[in-house]
Amino acid sequence: MTSREAILQRLRNRSGGELGVPDCDFSVMKRAPSSIAERIERFEKTIESVHGEVHRCTPQSWVARLAEILASRGARNLLVPAEHEIGHALRDSGRGDLPELLIYDEPIESWQAHLFNEVDASITSTRGGIAETGSLILWPTRDEPRLMSLVPPIHIAMLEASELHATLHDAMNAQNWASGMPTNALLISGPSKTADIEQTLAYGVHGPKELIVLVIE
Amino acid sequence: MSRPNTGDPHHIDVKEFHPRARAAIADPRIRQNFRKAMDGLITKRKDAFAEWDLEALRDLGANIRLRALANLPDLLEQLEQKLTENGVKVHWAIDGDEACRIVRDICVARNAKTVIKGKSMVSEEMELNHYLEERGIKALESDLGEYIVQLAGETPSHIIMPAIHKNTGEISELMHEKTGTDLSNDVEYLTASARQQLREKFMNADVGVSGVNFAVAETGTLCLVENEGNGRMTTTVPPCHIAVTGIEKVVGSLNDVAPLLALLTRSATGQHITTYFNMISGPRKPEELDGPEEVHLVLVDNGRSTIYQDDELLDTLRCIRCGACMNHCPVYTRVGGHAYGTTYPGPIGKILMPHLIGLDEGRHLPTASSLCGACGEVCPVKIPIPDLLVRLRQESVDGDKLNPAKVRGHGAKRGTLEALVWKGWSWMHARPGVYRFGTAVAARLRMLQPGRLGGWTQYRTAPRLAAKTLHERMKEREQ
Repeated sequence: MTSREAILQRLRNRSGGELGVPDCDFSVMKRAPSSIAERIERFEKTIESVHGEVHRCTPQSWVARLAEILASRGARNLLVPAEHEIGHALRDSGRGDLPELLIYDEPIESWQAHLFNEVDASITSTRGGIAETGSLILWPTRDEPRLMSLVPPIHIAMLEASELHATLHDAMNAQNWASGMPTNALLISGPSKTADIEQTLAYGVHGPKELIVLVIE
Repeated sequence: MSRPNTGDPHHIDVKEFHPRARAAIADPRIRQNFRKAMDGLITKRKDAFAEWDLEALRDLGANIRLRALANLPDLLEQLEQKLTENGVKVHWAIDGDEACRIVRDICVARNAKTVIKGKSMVSEEMELNHYLEERGIKALESDLGEYIVQLAGETPSHIIMPAIHKNTGEISELMHEKTGTDLSNDVEYLTASARQQLREKFMNADVGVSGVNFAVAETGTLCLVENEGNGRMTTTVPPCHIAVTGIEKVVGSLNDVAPLLALLTRSATGQHITTYFNMISGPRKPEELDGPEEVHLVLVDNGRSTIYQDDELLDTLRCIRCGACMNHCPVYTRVGGHAYGTTYPGPIGKILMPHLIGLDEGRHLPTASSLCGACGEVCPVKIPIPDLLVRLRQESVDGDKLNPAKVRGHGAKRGTLEALVWKGWSWMHARPGVYRFGTAVAARLRMLQPGRLGGWTQYRTAPRLAAKTLHERMKEREQ
């Protein structure tokens, strides 16, 4: 008998007999209806409490704001998506105050050391956000691979205000995650951090030291 | 030092709980480190639930876990089927050794020499690092706390904060000695140094090994909770990712995840959510540019299917490993995690470890408790930990005819004399005449009662027999 069969058989032939299935009352997960403005406020408050930074922008103003943010950090370069409109907007902006724009368009194996050691910042889109926990929803794609939001010391994320959900429960149902998950899906709620040394918070332990969210209203 | 008998952490004698506990209590550094950390965690947890109907949320959490356990074999098969469809290879291991062999075989097939690890308590339970290292495969921990503990040649003292027993100064000295960093009490500097040291390792590792917080059967999704990003690195950068998990971690649907996640992070560290919630449903697709080309899941039984047989003990398997029970435990806070000598310390360890190592080896675990009930009160999935401790105490002396003992090594604490005394006690109490005579004689001879009653009077005053029996006093009142 394989271990698989042995384990399943032991579980099925349980000596205590069949177990009752309790009802699950999910009403505690429900929230009173909220406006987009309320959700933005909540999102901002929560993510700032964990060292995230929020900038409220418009479709017209975000590029200029981004340029300011990057200049203030002295970023030498910015990793941008190749296909997504964010990438197009930046490349077509014709601004002289943006750093060098890089594209993640080859497999990680061919440029791993460069990504790990030379890239200062990245910008990605998001699939929405969660107000209650101050979280961004990211489903990495070929255009915005997984490591784009993890390896550079500064991660900038664009969030459409209309895509802010009240809770994770709401978000996964509104976006119907159960119908099919990507190879990797993420909730990101602040910069990388640790409290493993005497409960003292330190940022950027393995992932980005800074998470900057541009909320587009 | 936190561990009186240092040396090889893989050969701790669990039975030596008392000497270790005494040494820990006598060590002001351990007392201070734990007290400070636990007080902070208790406050943070309380604040994090302030807006919630906590009882309703705990009920929901408990019911989600119970529902998953009721359907456990079906859910495991569904999980396997979904993951296989998604391109993940699923393995089953009856015990820790088999799980270690599976991991090694995957490493050997890939000619892997170095393994980088995200935090995984199941891998601690399997003693995976030790196993791999004996076979020439280097396993490096990447969670900062685990990295520190590994540098020190120790084991974690808390399931969420492995290095909680050390203060900054101790960690600075350790990193200076082992990795050549400067001596410094600047946590930012120490953290940045570890980041640099580990980035090299991530880039060169052949395999990444992680744990799993929830495995979702409906979609074939492995969920990982973390703050540092090392879990994401481990599961994304190396070409092969192996996740190891206990068979009880499966839940039915994605909908089950939101309440459990809300309970887990708030109970563990008082966070609304962790920095990263990483949901993995498959290896890199041909068109993708990063992620592991191979993903494996090792489902580890290691005694869980035995716990599953009993209606009461089954509740042990609800656990979502938040650590709130240890944060609130007056015993854990004073003796620290290493005193237990087990993979899982504190209250959850006291009810889980006897199943994994037997009640003979773990005989002191169920009694390392004051039964104050704090653990049961804070448990996010309402595990009746105090009841289970009492049950295991009964098992360790072989219980009675109504509740035959079931746990491996049961009866380990049964003493012939003690059993005889209780037998006589029950015989006397079932016979009113003998009882009246016996108590009357005892009351008359009370001056002969010994002042010391073994361990009982070590920290207590012996109870004195009354001058008159209750029956005699009742008779006087009636007259």
